[in-house]
Amino acid sequence: MKAIIATTVFGIIMMFTGIVVNNKKSVASVAALLFIALLGVNIWDLLTTSANAPQLLFSNMLRVEHYSLWFNTLMTGCSVLYVLLMGKEIQKVGSHVAEYFALIFFILCGLYILSTYNNLLMLFIGIEILSIPQYILAGSDKRNLKSSEASLKYFLMGAFSTGILLMGIALLYGAARTFNIMDMVGILHSDALNPLALAGIMFIMIALCFKVSAAPMHMWTPDVYDGAPTPFTAYMATIVKASAFFAFLRLFQVSFNSLSEHWTIILAIITAATLLVGNVTAVFQQSVKRMLAYSSIAQAGFMLFAVLAVNQFAWQGIIIYAVAYSVATIGIFSVLVKLKDYTYDGFNGLAKKEPLLAFTASIFLFSLAGIPLTGGFMAKYYVLLAVVQQGHLLWLVIFALLMAAISVYYYFRVIIAMYFKTGTPEFNSPVTMGDKVMLVITSILVFLLGIFPQIFLYHV
Amino acid sequence: MVLLFLILIPLITGIMSFAVKGDGAKALALISSILTLGVSAYVSGSNYTAPITYNHDWIPILGTQLSFVADGMSSMLCLLTGIVVMVVMISNVNKEVESPGAFYGFLLLSQAGLMGVFLAYDALVFYVFWELALIPVYFLCSRWGGEKRIQVTFKFFIYTFVGSLMMLAGLIYLSMQTQGLSSYSWPDIVRAGASLPPATQQWLFWLIFIAFAIKMPIFPFHTWQPDTYEQSPTPVTIILSALMVKMGLYAVIRWLLPVVPAGVAYWSDTIVVLSVIGIIYASCIAIVQTDMKRLVAYSSIAHMGLMCAVAFSHSNIGMHGVMVQMFNHGITITGMWLIISMVENRWGTRDMTKLGGMATSAPNMAIAFVIISLASVALPLTNGFIGEFMLFNGLFLGTESNHITMMVIAGLGIILGAVYTLNMIQKTAYGATVKMTIAKDLSANEFISVAIIIILIIFLGVYPKPLLDLTSGIAGMIVK
Repeated sequence: MKAIIATTVFGIIMMFTGIVVNNKKSVASVAALLFIALLGVNIWDLLTTSANAPQLLFSNMLRVEHYSLWFNTLMTGCSVLYVLLMGKEIQKVGSHVAEYFALIFFILCGLYILSTYNNLLMLFIGIEILSIPQYILAGSDKRNLKSSEASLKYFLMGAFSTGILLMGIALLYGAARTFNIMDMVGILHSDALNPLALAGIMFIMIALCFKVSAAPMHMWTPDVYDGAPTPFTAYMATIVKASAFFAFLRLFQVSFNSLSEHWTIILAIITAATLLVGNVTAVFQQSVKRMLAYSSIAQAGFMLFAVLAVNQFAWQGIIIYAVAYSVATIGIFSVLVKLKDYTYDGFNGLAKKEPLLAFTASIFLFSLAGIPLTGGFMAKYYVLLAVVQQGHLLWLVIFALLMAAISVYYYFRVIIAMYFKTGTPEFNSPVTMGDKVMLVITSILVFLLGIFPQIFLYHV
Repeated sequence: MVLLFLILIPLITGIMSFAVKGDGAKALALISSILTLGVSAYVSGSNYTAPITYNHDWIPILGTQLSFVADGMSSMLCLLTGIVVMVVMISNVNKEVESPGAFYGFLLLSQAGLMGVFLAYDALVFYVFWELALIPVYFLCSRWGGEKRIQVTFKFFIYTFVGSLMMLAGLIYLSMQTQGLSSYSWPDIVRAGASLPPATQQWLFWLIFIAFAIKMPIFPFHTWQPDTYEQSPTPVTIILSALMVKMGLYAVIRWLLPVVPAGVAYWSDTIVVLSVIGIIYASCIAIVQTDMKRLVAYSSIAHMGLMCAVAFSHSNIGMHGVMVQMFNHGITITGMWLIISMVENRWGTRDMTKLGGMATSAPNMAIAFVIISLASVALPLTNGFIGEFMLFNGLFLGTESNHITMMVIAGLGIILGAVYTLNMIQKTAYGATVKMTIAKDLSANEFISVAIIIILIIFLGVYPKPLLDLTSGIAGMIVK
């Protein structure tokens, strides 16, 4: 796990770059190079780790499986894509550009811990490392009242949910007398289960639902995502959320698998509620940014399916979903961020003025809606497959599909605005050739995910 | 490999077309459609010896293969797709559309999707093409349609999308029941479905059928249809009514009847009753329409209702009739829409109360219109007759309860059909002559497109044997 060390070092380098280099553009270039280097380190990790035997590190605190490293690599790849697409917009948020990039490196450090933790304490530390930089990023547009509100709200809610997580961990420790998630499997038995353990599992589940914004613990999401500067919303809604899901799945798949009869039904209801709230509320939004915030709740509902299905397909499902959803969402945010007006009307006539922008945005929206041949379809398909294979919960699958049909309504409203309505969209910044190339590459990735998903599941 | 060409020719030319400006797109589309028709004619021709197949790995871990088979029914529908799209392209030669590159591009893409649906031999491939055929049509209607196009098309899209998703759930469930590793190939799905307990098949039936019922559409899932037909530009209306609704019926025959036989046996009475209600209901509404497009839209619901009822009545000759009639209905209704679009083009309205005297002002057009209408009411020696005859024969021999009553009620549909169709002819072709805004009989390309339709109508009316031979084996296979 050289990546953990590398990302920390890169984060510190980034902070010093801010002192040495005054030019924002050079700072962003350095950051992009460091992100690519980080991707290289991840691939190095992947190639030097044996595919069969998991590796125990830091006195059993981390357990490095091959699929965790693959997840890290993919998420770092998405971060590279993010930095290349959003780099220019990040420069515009405020004056401390170097620090924003440094914070993103620290978030990645949290992500690496969350994908490999073997101990509940590492889960806690990972979540904290992941969250604290986000509180800062959410408030980074200091002069904007909404941004400060988002930051404060996020911080209070986050602290609260972390408290619940700690409480759950403590209760679980009381029952299992260990923090190690592998050892727990042998101690917690379904037939003679300590009530403390059950309470612990519930607390942990609720805390993690906070982090992945599952209903009814989703209240913070729309305000935070709407208030935070758009480039950072894109990061929070995608890679960070995916990583929280990976941690969620890891714990419930590894430690609580044999206890699934105790928590499946609760999580199934949470999933149904998340899908309902996310999709139905998204329909009524007037701002595309806020719509995307609710859509991220709706998508979280689908990702919860992977947690519900305790089988091999779940891992494949969460990985393909994380990548497909991240790529498409980063893509649509990078189009959104170019526009002055974030309402649906702001998109009117985009197809006439910038055909390529509209075309790629449509592909990203198709993917989010789950139209075949795009990554979003394969992602939804995998997670549904995982649950169908489980045998029960077929009602939830059908409910989810109905909700997916609702999601078409709000995603297609953007397409209708772009293609079939007239207007002259105003841009924040001119659309350069570089932007277009990156958008085309991102669209190709969306199709690649939809047509050859096996490439992205190579190591699962 | 030949089968791939059926999909790839329209797909590649369709994508190319987006980059072409002006008349180039039109020419490209015409050439592409002729090429595709040639390939589909070859595929149908070679069907008399052995069906062509194509297999290639796609996503092995999911048990899905890129698998296509052109048996009699598939190649017949591919041929229909080829003919109809070519006729559309010919009839459009002298028309101007806004941004032609995109327009013809989307038309060709939808053709590629349709070909894929008719050829797919793997459930997941089938699903993918099922959706892909829909999306170009969505853009075509929303961009080039009538006044209310955006809401109407949106409704249509969401309707069909809900259905497709339900079908997807059903297909995933079925693939999980296959032996050993999950598989989506048609024989595996059929084996898995048929061995399920009847109670499971009964709910699985609706999960899969709802998508097809919306597409066909049968009563009460038809509400999207008249609006969408009315608002779409004519080429799209033709694609929708001649080809896309056949997707629904084709899917019933291929992916529903053999897959959940016990479910079908349990529900077929219900479906037959719904279809017969649809026939009468749609015919009655058609009688009071004054807009020609809406009239034909409702008549299409009635025709599809009859085919659907027979498809569920378990008789060999009926099933054979359904297949033949799918082809015939596609041909006839294409001619109908062509004439309506010419009328609208010349008189500036589709309102029958404001039309009249076509027989004196545009005699060639009136003759064509009368022949096509007679085919639509299934007069002997037109293609409609043989199909309709077999359909009623099938309904008569069917196994569902009250099949004689059903046949009699459905037979009323024929009479009602004659009422509204002849009424339409009378009001437009005869009566007081209304002056045309563009005084012109058929132009050369219109003449060719209508002539192709009329030749097919009369040829298949007099000598339907090639069509019957093509599909005879399949009908026997579906109804055991």
